[in-house]
Amino acid sequence: MWHSATVRLSLGFVALAILCLGVADLSITAHDPWHELGRLLQGLVQPDVSDVDHLWVALLRTLAFAFVGVGLGATAGFLLALIFHSRLVRSLCAFVRAIHELFWALIFLQFFGLHPLTGVLAIALPYAGVFAKVFAEILEETDPLPEQVLPAGSGRLSTLAYTRLHEAWPHLVSYTSYRLECGLRSSAVLGFVGMPTLGFYLESAFAQGHYDTVGALLLLFYAVIASLRLWVRPLLVPVYLVVAPFCLGSGLPIVWSNVSRFFTEDIVPSPLRHGEGVSGLMSWLGDIMTSEALPGIWHTLVLSQIALVLTGLLALMFYPLVSRHFFQGRSWHGRWALSGRRQAGAGRPGNRLTHLLGHGLLVVMRSTPEYLLAFILLQLWGPSMLPAVVALAIHNGGIIAHLVGRRSNEVRLRPDAPHGLVRYAYELTPRLYGPFLALLFYRWEIIMRETAILGILGITTLGFYVDSAIQEIRFDRAMVLILITALLNIGVDVLARHLRARLRLRHTANCEP
Amino acid sequence: MLKRLTLALTVLLAAPVASADTFVFTAIPDEDETRLQQRFQNVADYLEEQLEVDVRFVPVKSYAAAVTAFRNNQVQLAWFGGLSGVQARARVPNSRALAQGVEDAEFMTYFIANQNTGLDAGEGLTDKMRDMTFTFGSKGSTSGRLMPEYYLREAFGQPPEEVFSRVGFSGNHSRTISLVASGAYDLGAVNYTVWENEVEAGNIDTDQVEVVWKTPNYPDYQWTIRGDVDERFGAGFADRVQQALLNMDDPELLESFPRSGFIPASNDDYAIIESVGKELDLID
Repeated sequence: MWHSATVRLSLGFVALAILCLGVADLSITAHDPWHELGRLLQGLVQPDVSDVDHLWVALLRTLAFAFVGVGLGATAGFLLALIFHSRLVRSLCAFVRAIHELFWALIFLQFFGLHPLTGVLAIALPYAGVFAKVFAEILEETDPLPEQVLPAGSGRLSTLAYTRLHEAWPHLVSYTSYRLECGLRSSAVLGFVGMPTLGFYLESAFAQGHYDTVGALLLLFYAVIASLRLWVRPLLVPVYLVVAPFCLGSGLPIVWSNVSRFFTEDIVPSPLRHGEGVSGLMSWLGDIMTSEALPGIWHTLVLSQIALVLTGLLALMFYPLVSRHFFQGRSWHGRWALSGRRQAGAGRPGNRLTHLLGHGLLVVMRSTPEYLLAFILLQLWGPSMLPAVVALAIHNGGIIAHLVGRRSNEVRLRPDAPHGLVRYAYELTPRLYGPFLALLFYRWEIIMRETAILGILGITTLGFYVDSAIQEIRFDRAMVLILITALLNIGVDVLARHLRARLRLRHTANCEP
Repeated sequence: MLKRLTLALTVLLAAPVASADTFVFTAIPDEDETRLQQRFQNVADYLEEQLEVDVRFVPVKSYAAAVTAFRNNQVQLAWFGGLSGVQARARVPNSRALAQGVEDAEFMTYFIANQNTGLDAGEGLTDKMRDMTFTFGSKGSTSGRLMPEYYLREAFGQPPEEVFSRVGFSGNHSRTISLVASGAYDLGAVNYTVWENEVEAGNIDTDQVEVVWKTPNYPDYQWTIRGDVDERFGAGFADRVQQALLNMDDPELLESFPRSGFIPASNDDYAIIESVGKELDLID
């Protein structure tokens, strides 16, 4: 077992996380969390929608931004995937996806202002980068044979359409539909910076302690995510795509002179603007590096390492909840058979309920914004890295558990396969471990980006400083820090790709976050 | 598909917008956010009646977003805090402070403490506070960040990160109160009108959290207008807006701020805020 590279790597990651625990501040300090938490729980069980004036409009906008953003992102991503062998395209895509959609939104807000274009581009741009990469990988994994046997002189487009595209189509569709769910989450979260989506009202209600409204908004959002498969149908998607652009709302007019001002003034480092020359620039950069970037990078790395390992643990614990091998028909069937009773139906109602509960739990885990989770945990444990780690792990663990669980449904077990814990430990988990690690590595850089939200906990990650610079209306600083964040993400991405290649972790369409 | 996308883009870019002569204003999201729309919709109706132009209120999510919208000429008037007003006027030539609330000329920050800290009401900024945890409000707030940080540095001779074991940013005043009340943070700095309001509304358990120090007075909130409104809405428009704001006497409208009335203000009233902002390196 120790000779397996996968095992050594996994243990190495766990060991590193344990080392990080040593330097991380995980103290628990809150004295009396129950007053506030009680109100919160009460709000969740007694949701009240009457407080939100434009609830349905907000829901419509959330859907519209997601469809337009993901639609544009997928189209652009597909076109880019066709020329993904170009180094320039690859680097460009790596760069745009290395910047979180919230940061893109904050950048576009500076010159497009509160116009729908801000929200649409904030989703479409990073998504195009991800789509390009994954689509290119999916197309690459198709069988090259059909293309080779086509007669010479076949048009490039028809060659593509009838060979690689034809074969890859189900994977492309499945991946795109998964990204739509991500798009809905992104769309909702963009409300936190002012887009008119559910997040706008969620943040307001939450900031004010109107927890009954928070409860109502969250339940509505869970319902949308949980029922996705019921209303996103292949025939309906084109309809949604046509209608969505008309449902974005109008916002405020774009003043185009602001765009040029942003690029020619706002992001020009202040020493250059004030004519202090290269030496001024150097000391300015040095100051940002020592006082913000380096401590920021350190905290970001420590926090994401611990969160990553905890995410992995939670994902491994929870994936059986949505796996048919544990909570659906066959396994119960088998259990009844083992105990000598053959009424397979007897286990069904209860086990359908268990399945729904499991599915529901994962929807709640992955659809609750980490920011909210962090705030709730802050009340419980006081300010430290602990609420951040747990919030990130719950959210991302929910996502990976969902994907691994779905993946497990593709596994076929022998009819006489063992059950329960033995099935989990010796049959399924070993088979799913490769895809699981691949997913976790994909999620690594995403977890790193998400550490940005934790200023409320007094944790000074890179994102904390980016947010500070934006609040101080210093976009030159913000841009430097965003670039550093992007480079860090690209670095982690390269490392993850290297590790995947070494362990030969293949992935298919459903694996990408 | 392409056709559809072109269509989508066209629609996006040509989205119907507020007509060119709509007078748009915003406000910093300092408190009672869910009611902002309601409060300022009433102000919009009032101004529309007084100024005889279309007036629209647009809510934003952060102090910086309010400044940016003002700077980008997407809004022409804004209800700013002391610091955000200074930041905004520095970026828009000829913009000026029009009016402030009666209370804003003599504003205060309350330092509040969880009772488990053992600090007494009115105790002041003492060395006992060292190594406790502390939360500001929003990063761009005058009463929740700028002035409390100034007085902390003055009292301890050190930046807050060195005085306290942890320094957080709750996001807004109401949340500062709830975080200190629950003991998640030992200490916090809060806008005094928000505190008084919440105490009056019975939302605060004063056995759990109390005021340990009140800062000296400083100027805070004000209405600020862009310098180019006269060109766009006619000569003397800014003065008419100012007059309308000063004449606001509907108790219900004033109650929603909450202010007892509005008095004239000028850019110079905020010189102290500007110099403190520079001293703390929050403005260039």
